[in-house]
Amino acid sequence: MNALWMRQIGGVLSLELKRTAFSKRGWWIYCLAAAPVAIALLHWLAELNHSRGGMGSHTVGEDSVIFAGMFLLFFLRGSLFFGMMGIFSNLFRGEMLEKTLHYYFLTPIRRELLVAGKYLAGLSVSLMLFVPSTALTFLLLGRHFGAAWTDYLVHGPGLSQLGSYVLVTALACIGYGAVFLVCGQLTKNPMIAAAIVWVWEGLNPFLPSLMKQVSVIFYLKSLCPMEVPVPPPFSIMAVETDPAATWVAVPGLLAVALILLAYAAISARQGEISYSD
Amino acid sequence: MSSNLITFENVSRFYGEVLGINRVSLSIPPGVTSLVGPNGSGKTTLMNLMSGLLQPTEGKIEVLGASPSNPERLCKILGYCAQFDAFPKGLTGYKFVYAYLCVHGMSHAECDERARTALELVGLTGAANRLVAAYSKGMRQRVKLAQAIAHDPKVIVLDEPLNGLDPMARAEAIALFRQWGEQGRHVIVSSHILHEVDRISDQVILLSQGYVVAEGEIQGVRSEVKDQPMQILVRCDQPHLLASRLFQEDHVVEAVIQGDGRNLLLRTKDADSFYLMLNRVVLETGLTVESVAPADDDVNSVYQYLIGAAGGAV
Repeated sequence: MNALWMRQIGGVLSLELKRTAFSKRGWWIYCLAAAPVAIALLHWLAELNHSRGGMGSHTVGEDSVIFAGMFLLFFLRGSLFFGMMGIFSNLFRGEMLEKTLHYYFLTPIRRELLVAGKYLAGLSVSLMLFVPSTALTFLLLGRHFGAAWTDYLVHGPGLSQLGSYVLVTALACIGYGAVFLVCGQLTKNPMIAAAIVWVWEGLNPFLPSLMKQVSVIFYLKSLCPMEVPVPPPFSIMAVETDPAATWVAVPGLLAVALILLAYAAISARQGEISYSD
Repeated sequence: MSSNLITFENVSRFYGEVLGINRVSLSIPPGVTSLVGPNGSGKTTLMNLMSGLLQPTEGKIEVLGASPSNPERLCKILGYCAQFDAFPKGLTGYKFVYAYLCVHGMSHAECDERARTALELVGLTGAANRLVAAYSKGMRQRVKLAQAIAHDPKVIVLDEPLNGLDPMARAEAIALFRQWGEQGRHVIVSSHILHEVDRISDQVILLSQGYVVAEGEIQGVRSEVKDQPMQILVRCDQPHLLASRLFQEDHVVEAVIQGDGRNLLLRTKDADSFYLMLNRVVLETGLTVESVAPADDDVNSVYQYLIGAAGGAV
């Protein structure tokens, strides 16, 4: 028989998944997750047309570099970031706006477990949406090379790169999820907090070494299989820093997420229901 | 000692500089207790404090020995039907009640049974599988009530529970509240409808501008209002005779013959002296008395005396 706390987390998880997953209001998050796949599909179709006309323009290596750039700029800085904002900042703030949070606060569940249950629900939805999106985009991007791409995946570095991108995506869900859960809990308008985080993360290449480490993107970039240089003219302002080692980046990100979640739990413990605020 | 009481010890709650309630000390026994007061008097604040949705700025609250700052313990024994007419989207009435029972940590079978029982109790079995969003106002009120009582709490806090209910549902709800009160539960109700508060309550708490103006059984509260003469209606065969004797007494302020000429409405500063005098008159004159009843020991009168027009709308 499951322990009480497990049944309670299960109850929160189940209710949150009903609310969060596949709701009409989340259409734009599904679009964010589907957009890279759609771009990769278009790229595949375009390259197929080119190769029929004898105009095959890229090599496998070039396309993997293109994916690295796309992953950094489109996934990490775009769809993943805003997707996590949409999913996690609404876990508490959404219920405050809908005036339904008091139902949870009137159940005999430890507020720490409530935070954990909500976070797990958000994490499940984000992993379900964005991990397949990353994997599919990667697989589709070089699909037009046919056997060469299969060879790159099976005998070359392809699978290892795919594994790295999936790991980075999952860690981004964990890290940004924790950031936005706290933003949604503590701020009346999570968009403002998200904008501040987005700017901070965007400034990362130009920050001094020590400050770079106070971010999520630094650790995620360190885990990416390919480095994407800052394009000119911005490159002259970029500060070169050695990427964090895997053994630092992964536990570091998990630790940051845990600290944020502990903070969210303490806030929930002291939380009040005042919908008029 | 306090394990069967809801106690407030010198509790204050401020919203920034705005007063919610101030220095409230209360001891609420089992039974139906009504909170009465105008808008902004602190009724909802008191209920939110009791149920742990708000924390007091000062003072101490205990609900049957449990502190509201300990929701794990409090929410097992307390159910709160709040005034917010909002529900998680996409849930049917049954799923709404069932889902929050799951958060209590109950098994599927227990959640299912309790959800069905609670919905039956509020008369929503037929509509249990319809989306709450498609419910009428009265049905939404009833499904909230079902959700609040589904875990069989000892303390039931109901903020304006009769709002939106049709007369039949209202009567059923009142009967339910009385039944819970008689079972020894604490039922705390706030209501704007004073004559219904009269029917429901074992005791009342009158609030005005964040202060408790009076508390206790309504007759007891009325008798404490010394500056307002008590109104008593006497139905007898010779009201003129009784009126002439009454005017010889200092404590009688007014006597008016009403209706069919057999009703005498009097106002006295000392009800006990009046009852003694009435006994004497009956013995001396052979007056036949059909009925004697206080005419202003209801919530409405007490409300008017203590809070009155200054309190604004109830």
